[in-house]
This record gives sequence, C-alpha cells and structure tokens, in this order.
Amino acid sequence: MGYNLDNKIKDTNKNNKNILPYGDTMNDGKVQLSFTLPVKNDEKGYQAALKTAQNMTLENVMIADSITLEEEFTMYIAYGTLTNGVNYDDIHVEEAVKHTLSKDEIEEKIKLHFDKPIVVVGASTGTDAHTVGIDAIMNMKGFAGHYGLERYKGIDTYNLGSQVENEDLVQFAKDKNADVLLISQTVTQKDVHIKNLIHLIELLEAEQMRKDFLVIIGGARITGSLAKELGFDAGFGPKKFAEDVATFFVEELINQKSIKNQ
Amino acid sequence: MSKLGLSQDKINQARQEAKIVADHTQAFIDKHTTDSVERTIVRLLGVDGINEFDIPIPNLVVDFLKHHHDPSIGIAQMLAYYIKKHNTTLDDIVAKITKETLPPQTIEPLSKEEVKKQLFPYYEKQMKAIVAQRATRDKFKQMHKLDRPMLYVIVATGNIYEDVTQAKAAAKQGADVIAVIRTTGQSLLDYVPYGPTTEGFGGTYATQENFRIMRKALDEVSIQEQRYIHLVNYASGLCMPEIAAMGAIERLDMMLNDSLYGILFRDINMERTFIDQYFSRVISAYASITINTGEDNYLTTSDALQEAHTVLASQFINEQFALRAKMPPHLMGLGHAFEIDPTIEDGFLYEYAQALMAREIFPEAPLKYMPPTKHMTGDIFKGYAQNTLFNIITSTTNQSIHLLGMLTEAVHTPFMSDRYLAIENAKMINQTMKHFGDEITFKKDGKIQSRAQNVLHDAHKLIKDINKDGLFDSLSKGVFAGIKRTKDGGKGRLGVYQKDPSYANPIIDDMLDSLKEVN
Ligand code: B12
Repeated sequence: MGYNLDNKIKDTNKNNKNILPYGDTMNDGKVQLSFTLPVKNDEKGYQAALKTAQNMTLENVMIADSITLEEEFTMYIAYGTLTNGVNYDDIHVEEAVKHTLSKDEIEEKIKLHFDKPIVVVGASTGTDAHTVGIDAIMNMKGFAGHYGLERYKGIDTYNLGSQVENEDLVQFAKDKNADVLLISQTVTQKDVHIKNLIHLIELLEAEQMRKDFLVIIGGARITGSLAKELGFDAGFGPKKFAEDVATFFVEELINQKSIKNQ
Repeated sequence: MSKLGLSQDKINQARQEAKIVADHTQAFIDKHTTDSVERTIVRLLGVDGINEFDIPIPNLVVDFLKHHHDPSIGIAQMLAYYIKKHNTTLDDIVAKITKETLPPQTIEPLSKEEVKKQLFPYYEKQMKAIVAQRATRDKFKQMHKLDRPMLYVIVATGNIYEDVTQAKAAAKQGADVIAVIRTTGQSLLDYVPYGPTTEGFGGTYATQENFRIMRKALDEVSIQEQRYIHLVNYASGLCMPEIAAMGAIERLDMMLNDSLYGILFRDINMERTFIDQYFSRVISAYASITINTGEDNYLTTSDALQEAHTVLASQFINEQFALRAKMPPHLMGLGHAFEIDPTIEDGFLYEYAQALMAREIFPEAPLKYMPPTKHMTGDIFKGYAQNTLFNIITSTTNQSIHLLGMLTEAVHTPFMSDRYLAIENAKMINQTMKHFGDEITFKKDGKIQSRAQNVLHDAHKLIKDINKDGLFDSLSKGVFAGIKRTKDGGKGRLGVYQKDPSYANPIIDDMLDSLKEVN
C-alpha cells in the first residue's frame, strides 16, 4: 500500500465544520501514534498493526517502525490520515469559571458581599499522599507565581494535608463551620479516586450536609465534567490556580446568598 | 583528587557532625522497641500465616503480649517463658495463642542467655536461610559481573502476575533491577498482608508470597540472560523491619528503607520509625541487601536549586544511621535526584555538579540516582529529552543505580513500551558516552565547581544546626522537604515501648555479632 497524502487533499481552506488534524498542510488529516500489540514482530503482526490503525478510521496507514519489546509484544509507530473531521462550531463548553478574577478583584468582592471571612477547608484525602496540588492552591506561597488562598484577605484557610479520611475532613469542616471544601486527588489508578470521592458524597448526604458546603475537587486528572457527574460543585485540573477556584466559590456563594434573600 | 575542588576537611567535618546526630538518635533507639520490631522477631522465629479473619499470626502473638503482659519485656522473653514453663514447642504455644487457649500467666523473666537458648533452634533456621540466599546471590554475581550503572525500572500494575509479565519483558530488554512498587496505602497498614495479590492501586501489595513469585520469575530470566536481575521492594512504613525480614528470606536485593521518607511523606511517627529502621537495617546488612534512601523526594516538595543541600545533609545522616546498623558502605544506596526546573539557565551544570559531588563524597556507596519527576508534564516528547539529559549525567558521573525516567511520568504508571524506550535511551548514552566522564575536567572555580562547593558548605551548616536542635526537633521545624512533623504526631506512635531491663532480642544480637566479623 502506497503512502501518498497529495491526492487526498481536495480543499486546503480551513473549515470549522470539518476540523481535521494538521500535519504540514491544511486538512491533510495526518495523525502520528504509537501502540503495542501482544504479538510477534513479523508479517502477521504488521498486518495486525495496519488493521488496528484502520480500526481507528485511519486511512493510508503507514507502519513506520515495528519494535520488538519481547517475543510476544511489539510496539508500532504508525501514521495515517483522518478524513472525518469534527464540527468545531458545534462544540459548547460549560466552564465553571468564565472569567477568572484577579486576587485583588476577588478580595474586593468578598469585602463587598461578606461580613465575615469565607472559611475554606482543604485536604488530599483517602490514601492519597500527594500534597503539592492542594498546597499550590491553598498555601501562602502558591504555585507558578500564583499566590495561594492563605494569602487572600477575607478567606480563612485550613489545609489538613494528606491521607485525610473523609470522616475526619467532614468533622473538621463541621467544627469550623466551613463554607467551602477543597479536595485534591492525584492517584487515579484503577479509579481509586472515584471510589474515594463517591464515599465522600455519600457521607455528606447521609449526614444531610451536602448543601452545607460548596464541595470542590481538583487534581491532575480531574475535570469539571467528572466533578459534576460525581455530584460535586466543580472540578479543577492542571494549570488552574487559587484565583480560578476562588472566583468560582466567591461568585457561587454570592449567588446562593441572593437566592436565599429573595 | 576532587574534580570539583571539594575540601576533604569540610567533608570530614560534615561527616563528624552527622555522626553526632546519629549517635544521639541511636541512644534513644537502643532504649526502645515497637510492635513491628516484636512482630519481626516472631517472623524470624519462623511464624507465618493468617487466621480465619485474615489477621497475620505474628500480629496475634504480639497482641497477646500486649493484652496480657507488659509489652516492655518483649515477645522473645514471653515466648521463651511459655515454651520453658509448658515444656513444649514454639508451634504449640503459637497454636494455643491463635486458638485463644493459652491461659496467661505471670511471667518471671528468664535470663537473656536462657531466652536465647529457648529460641535459638527456631530462629537459627531463618538465619541459615538468609545466609544461603546471600551466598546464592554472591555466587551468581561473581560469575556475571556488571561494569556500568545498573538500569532500574519499576512495575506497578497492582497485580503480581501482570507485574511478572512486565518485569520479565523489562529484564530481557536490558533492565538489571526491577522494583515492584507498593500499592498506595500499604505503608500505613500495621500488618503485612498475606498471600498472592491481584488488587492494588498505583502498585502491588508487598507480601511474602508476592516476593517469592517475582523472585522465581526473575531467577529464570537471570539464567536466560546470564545477568543477575535484582528485585526491589519497600522495607518502609509501619512494618519496616517485618518486610526487611521477609525480603531477606526471599532474597530481595534492594529495599527502599528510610524512616525520614516515612516521617515526611507518609506522616509516620518519628520515634516509631527510627526504632524500626534500625532493626530493618541490621537485617538488611546481615542479608547483604542494598538499601535505597529517599532524600531525592525532598525535591518534589521543595525547590531543587534552593534546597540541594538538604539532600546532601540527609545523605550524610543516613550514612551514619546505616553504619550504626553495621551496614557496610557498599550497601548504602543513598538517594538523590535530577529535579531542577528545565527552564533554568545552566540547570544541567548544577545537576552535574550535584551528581558528581555525591559520587566524590560517597565513593563506595551504590548511589541511587532518580530521574526528573516533578517537572515532567503531559508533553511526553519533552519528557524524553529531559530524561536524556538525566541519562548523560548518570552515565558520565558514574552513578550506580540508574533509575530510568519514564516519558509518561506525569500521565500514568509505565506502559511496557515506556520502559523499553527508557532502556534504549540509557543504553545509547552508556554506549556513546562511555568514557566521557574520564575525559573531562572542570574549570577551576567555574560554575560547576562553585556549585558543588556551595552545596557542601550549606549542607555542613545545616547538619550543624540539626545537631544543635537534635534531629527530632529539627524535623518539627521543617528542615527537610519543607514539611514539619512533631515528635508526638504521626501514625504508629502507640506501638512504641521503653524496654524493660529484662528485654531480650537474641536475633538482633546474633546478627550484630556476625556482622562485626563481616566488616
Ligand atoms: C511529587 C510526586 C510524588 C511525591 C509527593 C510529595 C507530596 N508531598 O506531594 C511522592 C514521592 C511522595 C509521591 C508518592 C507517590 N506517587 Co507520586 N508523583 C509525584 C509527581 C512527580 C508530581 C506531582 C506533583 O506534585 N505535581 C505538581 C502539582 C502542582 O500538580 P497537581 O497535583 O496536578 O496540582 C495542580 C492541579 O491539578 C490543581 N489541583 C490539584 N489539587 C487540587 C485541588 C483543588 C481543590 C483544586 C481547585 C485544584 C487542584 O492545582 C494544581 C496547580 O495547578 C507525579 C508525576 C508528575 N510529574 O505529575 C507523580 C504521580 C502523581 N505519583 C504517582 C504515584 C502512583 C505515586 C505513589 C502511589 C507511588 C507508590 N505506589 O508508592 C506514591 C503515593 C502513595 C500514596 N499513598 O499516595 C503517579 C500517579 C498515577 C496515577 N494517575 O494514578 C504519578 C503520575 C507518577 C507516575 N507516572 O506513576 N509522588
């Protein structure tokens, strides 16, 4: 099978109704990938790799290299072209925070709307021992040039650290009359974080406390949609900082107040 | 001659300060024992297995001591007493404890000689097994010597059988060392799970059966490849010495073993884990198991450029703790890491300085050099380049245990192909730059020399400060990794006891005696 891009590209104008991967020419649809099959590195394995790529709806598949990892395991580096693009205009994203406010703006809002500090309790929970993420959000120093919540006027923070049991977190939040819970989860293998997070939601519901706090999760593999699906108020992943989450909870708390006052 | 212009006087002074730190802590250690130390004694007497509720028998035996007697006399004293009193065997006593049919009696402590006499026939078997395992390893390694850094990779599927598949593949691709990463949470269990396991998160349970399964698989590959494949696990957490004992019996070759790591990163009580660490290091020294210390991790929570000296200070202290356990330097796999932010100008030079400095200061130690982790991102292509820089330093500064960086570090535990790519990268550097390190010298007082000298200077100063405050108080001030831990805080504190004058641990005594001869 030959490998020829040219004859496939009909229209080199960018088309938002049919966005395709870009190699070196608009709409060439070029994709580069690697995968391993549990097969021998021989002609039959090669055919299996071709078909694997075709299963991903790739055309003009080229297996650039096949590398023996072990007798029965071969890694393939493959190229191919996609013709079926996505309709970019049709994609609508619901973001927890549309416009992130600056630290000053957030502090200003708190001063305007609240007569006592917002109490935020955070932890890395379950068996998770990773704290750098929650520290990045909460500690004075912050992360990558973004100060943490501890430095914000009008916010009282309690960072409980790592390996905190859900029960202990909830008890602590109750004692401190918290407004916001921040939960960090880093280890996601075999969905250990999902189990732990569901447990927290169930616990809050059992104690009829789910509505008492805004409950927000975060971590390298956490997304807003996962958070919603599990019953949390919001979720934040990489490249999100204190001001993102603070914008969210300050605005949300103001909303809740105005609903109550109506 | 130091290529870095390091002052030997300064090194000696730092070592001297570290010695005092360790001596003070050792004085505390010698007066105390812990639940896990006592369970280790039970295991080394040959007791194993679980009851119908999956509770390990060694836990039941030590619980009996705690419920019915004063734990400060130690489990050896109690067992020896019952064996003698009932004129029976250890198996009989343990069976009765397990079935809850042993009536507790008031113990009149035996002399230490008598305790030893009663128990020697039981622990002798395990001691001999450990010595035999040591000989097996030595013999194989003597026949097939390695003249380059050992390539070290991890497996972490959670399922021991899947781990075996991955480990064998990695070994055949060229890995010399396989570490089976433990499941998250195991370090906080106050017992060692039993039997083969297939359910773990981010790693696989450390159990004696899992050790056996993996050892057998790696022995097969060692023979096929005519190269000894080392097996690594974790003698750490609340069961530190028990796992050291299990590893010694099943011929593990390396053990991550560092109480400072447990204190800082798992919030384990410092008193507990220093006592545990001592026994575990004696066992490892006896079994000729290389330990891996964990100071590399400090640089995941504190900045690698600013805090490099904390790593060196900790290495000095760890060296002294190992010496207190009669561990020879060739078993001290002191840890350090390549963790400087890759956007920093001349970062590579600083890393080079640090790595070579460790090599010069600890010439006999099989240094464990860790790849970039903190600044690895989802950009796996960039990650591969970061790992290449790391490999250059590892190879050309002659690090001993070369932990291979995974291009997917920030994304998931390694795929089979990730390990392959890592091994190929390291091999290429080892091959194409084999004698590069021998060829180069450094500009006097240039960036590399000055960096190394400054780090040594700051480390010396830090150890002096630690000495002033004592190690425990220093840890509560957050000297390492920027993490503060208090003496009374952390997990496992309740399992610490001051020893009664009648306390006996004939096993550690015998091990230490024979180690004197070894050293
Ligand atoms: C540092 C580190 C460690 C350190 C942690 C030190 C500490 N005190 O935190 C140590 C060495 C202790 C460690 C241990 C382990 N680790 Co680790 N570790 C890492 C590493 C290198 C960096 C993580 C990090 O600090 N990132 C920087 C922070 C700032 O990023 P972040 O957490 O994503 O946070 C940002 C956002 O996500 C967000 N965010 C995070 N939390 C929250 C919370 C809220 C509320 C909000 C709003 C936002 C938010 O804001 C932050 C700033 O933008 C990663 C690899 C990597 N490069 O990613 C592996 C990694 C995370 N570790 C991993 C594993 C498996 C472990 C262990 C389980 C290994 C083992 N079996 O022993 C153990 C943990 C045991 C346990 N009980 O948890 C895996 C996880 C795989 C997975 N997805 O499941 C990784 C990906 C490495 C790997 N490839 O295997 N680790």
